[in-house]
Amino acid sequence: MSLYHLQKFLFELNRDEALQDKCRKDITGQFGGYDLTEEEAGALRDGDIGLLYVLGVNGQILMHYAAFLGIEWFDYLEMMRQGIDKYGPVRAGVYTMTGGGDAFTEEDTHK
Amino acid sequence: MSLVYSGVLSHAPGITGRADLCKNIEKRDEFYAKLDVQRQEIEASGAEALIVIAAEHFANFFMNNMPAFCIGIGEQYSGPIEDPEWLRIPKTDVPGAPDLGRRLTKEVMQTVDTAYAEEWKFDHGIIVPLHFLTPNYDMPIIPVNINCQGPPLTPLHRAWAFGEAIRRACNAVPEKVALVGTGGISHWPATPDSGKINEAWDREFLDRLVRQDKEALLSYTDEETYRDGGQGGFEIRTYIAAAAAAGGPLDVQFFTPDLPIFAVSCTVGRFEVT
Repeated sequence: MSLYHLQKFLFELNRDEALQDKCRKDITGQFGGYDLTEEEAGALRDGDIGLLYVLGVNGQILMHYAAFLGIEWFDYLEMMRQGIDKYGPVRAGVYTMTGGGDAFTEEDTHK
Repeated sequence: MSLVYSGVLSHAPGITGRADLCKNIEKRDEFYAKLDVQRQEIEASGAEALIVIAAEHFANFFMNNMPAFCIGIGEQYSGPIEDPEWLRIPKTDVPGAPDLGRRLTKEVMQTVDTAYAEEWKFDHGIIVPLHFLTPNYDMPIIPVNINCQGPPLTPLHRAWAFGEAIRRACNAVPEKVALVGTGGISHWPATPDSGKINEAWDREFLDRLVRQDKEALLSYTDEETYRDGGQGGFEIRTYIAAAAAAGGPLDVQFFTPDLPIFAVSCTVGRFEVT
């Protein structure tokens, strides 16, 4: 159930500019009403894209959140790869990594 | 007959957002030129409104109340929800077609239990197509969504029935209406595998549209699509609905697997409306 709440929080954040403003100042203060584990709350607090990815946040929700954080595209891809390295395989959902960490565009020079 | 145009196109956010990162400039610009041809064809059709059958990405709908289908009947929409600098599309307002949308919805409901919405925030799945097809954002838009994101997904045969219902609804109104279905074919977007596609699977899917082969189009299971086309492949529903609405074969006006920075095989096509 907590993954549902984690994604719900990001869903609301991605589409609500007022909430975005609040989160820029105090993201943890906006967690009320969401049933988050300590790990999930910490990932949000730290903007830990790799952990959020591994926890199973839908890629579309996570991609929009990464854009909100101002993370550049290739850095975003690399953060997800590093999340796999650090935390293990994606634990839920359909946005799992299937390519073994390889890059699929010549423009992606991280790997 | 008031459906005057039916087509398909890609909508991946990289198409605008990562344009400057693309190294294959010649192919990129060829793609953009084909999108502009699509814009011209829609304008030449005399369309008074554009239906965009999209696969939205959690801009409006979430698993607390996920509709299999939804039709926009609002007066005005806004987008993109994404950071405009990231998508390279400024935030803008887009006119709706509330009266036409309500009449179409009423008729669609005769056979398909669609939801409707007077509020709708556009994400890249709609605003990227509009950026190319209605660059002045002056054509009334009727956004339409098929659930391609939150499993259990809309069954393919229901997407077909929805397309047929939209066509029947268009036939019942005096306005000239254009329609596009927008989605990926195979792709693994928003994952570390971004840029990965399955060209053979894409070409086979397009060939089924060219043949207007309903049985083959509806034969994919979600498990097969996930395996062969990735989670982005679930968006074939939008193309299938556009095919059903058109009734005729697809003319693939552009297809390339050679722009992986856009994270999808870039596609532009037009159906024969029969």
